[in-house]
Amino acid sequence: MLLNQFLMLGAVLFCIGVYGVIVRKNAVLVLMSIELILNSVNINLLAFSLRNGTPDGHTFALYVIAVAAAEVGVGLAMVLLMYRNRRSVGLDDLSEMKG
Amino acid sequence: MLASDVLVAQNVGFAIIAVIMVIGALRVVTTKNVVHAALWLVVVLAGAAAQYILLAAEFLAVTQVMVYIGAVMVLFLFGTMLTRAQIGAEKDLNNKNGIIGLPIAVLLLATMLIALNDGFKAEKLSADAPLVSTQQVSDQIFGIYLLPFWALSFVLLAAAIGAIVLARRD
Repeated sequence: MLLNQFLMLGAVLFCIGVYGVIVRKNAVLVLMSIELILNSVNINLLAFSLRNGTPDGHTFALYVIAVAAAEVGVGLAMVLLMYRNRRSVGLDDLSEMKG
Repeated sequence: MLASDVLVAQNVGFAIIAVIMVIGALRVVTTKNVVHAALWLVVVLAGAAAQYILLAAEFLAVTQVMVYIGAVMVLFLFGTMLTRAQIGAEKDLNNKNGIIGLPIAVLLLATMLIALNDGFKAEKLSADAPLVSTQQVSDQIFGIYLLPFWALSFVLLAAAIGAIVLARRD
């Protein structure tokens, strides 16, 4: 196996996730795209961990998974609150900060 | 490179899983149905778990299945069901001028692929490299990375309390 095949898979998934974050309006779908990005980062961390033979990458990947779980919990609570207050989960509707 | 070098079992498995993951990821960002997006995300996350096994990280693979496919997907489906009346195809999931995302993503991908190709052109993952055991990972978490572990515990606690406070009806 080449190291590069895993890194390139991670790059492709990262870019698909970035595309999703930019193009989507629904808040739940934006959160899903962020999950794609975090997973591509984990693949990179584990590939370099195998290359270097050190367990650091595994540790960081575990921490990334934990942070992602916390982020999804708070994110979905915010989406729920937004839906309750304005009956919509479109991110374009949150425009009070615009002058 | 000889064909017998390329067609080893790991490479064939990697290629099949990678193609499935990329198709699933593209469906996540293009589908018109939020529940379908969540189910395609399950495909991508399961494929990522399989790649972790190929990378000799079996503990991470099991964690991925339990945390992502078990817990996070249930949260997503709950979020979908609590925030909409009907479950089905919808029209305005995308931004009006979201097409700008396509050139950005393609440019980013081209930059990353060129950089990766420059940096690690044909570097091999040797088959007899020392593997990382789960015991080493736990030694690290409860050793030199203990302080981040504590911080992470507080992050999770704060996230749980924050989610309850935000979503509570009072």
